[in-house]
Amino acid sequence: MLEIKNLHARIGDAEILKGVTLTIPDGEIHAIMGPNGAGKSTLSYVLSGRDGYEVTDGEVLFNGENILEMDPEDRAATGLFLAFQYPVELPGVGNANFLRTSLNAIRRKRGEDELDAVAFLKLARGAVKQLAMKEDFLKRNVNVGFSGGEKKRNEMLQMAILKPHLAILDETDSGLDIDALKIVAEGVNSLRDEKFSALIITHYQRLLDYIVPDMVHVLAGGKIVRSGPASLALELEASGYAGLEAA
Amino acid sequence: MNALPTRKLEAWRYTDMRPLSAISFGEPPAVSATPELPDLPYPRMVFLNGALNTALSTSFAFAKPYAPFAVRGAQPMVLINAEHAKGGINIEIPAGQDAGELLLVSQASGAAPFAFHPRHRVKLGQGAKLTLIQLDKGEGTYWQNVVFEIEVEAGAKFQHFRLQQEGTEAFNTTTIHADIAGDAAYEHFTLTLGAKISRTEIEANLLGQTALAHLNAAQLLGGTQHGDFTTIIRHKAPNCPSRQTVKSVLAGRARGVFQGKIEVDQIAQKTDGYQMSQALLLSPEAEMDIKPELQIFADDVKCSHGATIGALDEEQVFYLRSRGIPEADARQILIRAFIEEALEPVAHDASKALFEDVLDSWWGRQ
Ligand SMILES: Nc1ncnc2c1ncn2[C@@H]1O[C@H](COP(=O)(O)OP(=O)(O)OP(=O)(O)O)[C@@H](O)[C@H]1O
Ligand SMILES: [Mg+2]
Repeated sequence: MLEIKNLHARIGDAEILKGVTLTIPDGEIHAIMGPNGAGKSTLSYVLSGRDGYEVTDGEVLFNGENILEMDPEDRAATGLFLAFQYPVELPGVGNANFLRTSLNAIRRKRGEDELDAVAFLKLARGAVKQLAMKEDFLKRNVNVGFSGGEKKRNEMLQMAILKPHLAILDETDSGLDIDALKIVAEGVNSLRDEKFSALIITHYQRLLDYIVPDMVHVLAGGKIVRSGPASLALELEASGYAGLEAA
Repeated sequence: MNALPTRKLEAWRYTDMRPLSAISFGEPPAVSATPELPDLPYPRMVFLNGALNTALSTSFAFAKPYAPFAVRGAQPMVLINAEHAKGGINIEIPAGQDAGELLLVSQASGAAPFAFHPRHRVKLGQGAKLTLIQLDKGEGTYWQNVVFEIEVEAGAKFQHFRLQQEGTEAFNTTTIHADIAGDAAYEHFTLTLGAKISRTEIEANLLGQTALAHLNAAQLLGGTQHGDFTTIIRHKAPNCPSRQTVKSVLAGRARGVFQGKIEVDQIAQKTDGYQMSQALLLSPEAEMDIKPELQIFADDVKCSHGATIGALDEEQVFYLRSRGIPEADARQILIRAFIEEALEPVAHDASKALFEDVLDSWWGRQ
């Protein structure tokens, strides 16, 4: 599914990713933990194709296809989804419209029929309900005036509607209350099947109680310095990252 | 002819009319082509090269014959209009009458440069209502120099929605003078897409308590187009709100200007004035000049103004693209969102739909 091989990336003169190698097989959920500034968000941006990052070495294969040369919108159409650490506000853009434009753009690229307004609203309302969001979320402008937790839920709403093959959740659990955390976990777990994989970036073991990962990786100093089973997260919570960077 | 304004005049500092003075304009030629009119079920008055075309127009109960009324104001363009005007609408809505909508179309075309100077008058009696949808269109090199005299009596409401879609060799100067009585409202919105050089200058006088003025505008310009939106709102009575939201989207080497002056007389206590001008520069060569001016002589007033000039937010563009939306569409969505605030006060569905349609096709041309 996703193969990251020896990925090096820089922002301006600063090398942030210094040889990340990571494979997420079909149907698996992997977690990435690591200290602030380690390069976790950078990795998520490089994977989703944001401008401003220069890949100096390595490759990324998504379902066998090298995605590093693809535009972000094409990566989305092939089934990649990034839940942003800091979701972006779009004043003047209605949430429902945004979601529908996005879903239909992806469906068009995949050669599927577009959803009309009625069919879309039915789908969206169902997803809103599942995520225990207020109905007026669809009417409001994208993320404008949303609380921190509401923004994260809105990312999950997008994920639920776009049904990606690979979801990267960048600290989606930060700032969520316990109920929201469970809802996010349910959202991810409900997509879980042999065609869905996820990369969950988190600082806390808590989320991993609800979404049990197949593997946990530690990213420090721009590299994966340790990988292990779900229990590694517990270990890290007890011992911290001290000494890992040197490894 | 009276003299054209030069940039030495403070009010014309940012708009250079030399490209216009370099051209010698003749009389408007006769027109044979039938203009394409919007599919709106309203009475219409259609002017071809400045002359009312009765075959294309329909009857409107409140239209009177054109009369060359005396213009107020001494702005250079008004004086030139006073000298040359030959026609225009002359509308009087009786007190208490809801006159519905009226479509005012000006279509221009000709092989050699020509000029015309429409002089329009609209008067609403007490409590009357009118929605005027005005379309300026044309092709070729011409100069349309319009003057509007507007009188809105107590409790009346005049909605004036305007689409300026002249060809890119045209010049459009429009000067509007509006007197607004107590409890009356003048709601104006201009969408400027056309002309080589255009200037809309509005002077609105709020003359009685709780008189309201909306002077909103959006301009989307590209190439070497120049668009100027200049307003003066005079608060001459207490408790009057005024609202101005002006959005400029400038591509290529286009230049935009907004000059907005709010004058608050000593007696105009509890004035509530709001002015916001924002520009989106889509290219490094595009330019915007913004000049807000407040002159306040009352002590208990609320007047806010703000101005921003910037580019599209690339983080927003990426957010949309990461959701599968192609880059060009993402940019268009953000531009539409940027304009939305100026369009939002257009409280008339058919007009709004008309504006939305032309906005959607504007992007395709850039
Ligand atoms: N535009 C930029 N210019 C220069 N340095 C940058 C830029 N963006 C990020 N960095 C640096 O890159 C490094 C990695 O940042 P990144 O956001 O990927 O960290 P992170 O692992 O996600 O951290 P956190 O856990 O705090 O979210 C940091 O040192 C950061 O300061
Ligand atoms: Mg981060």
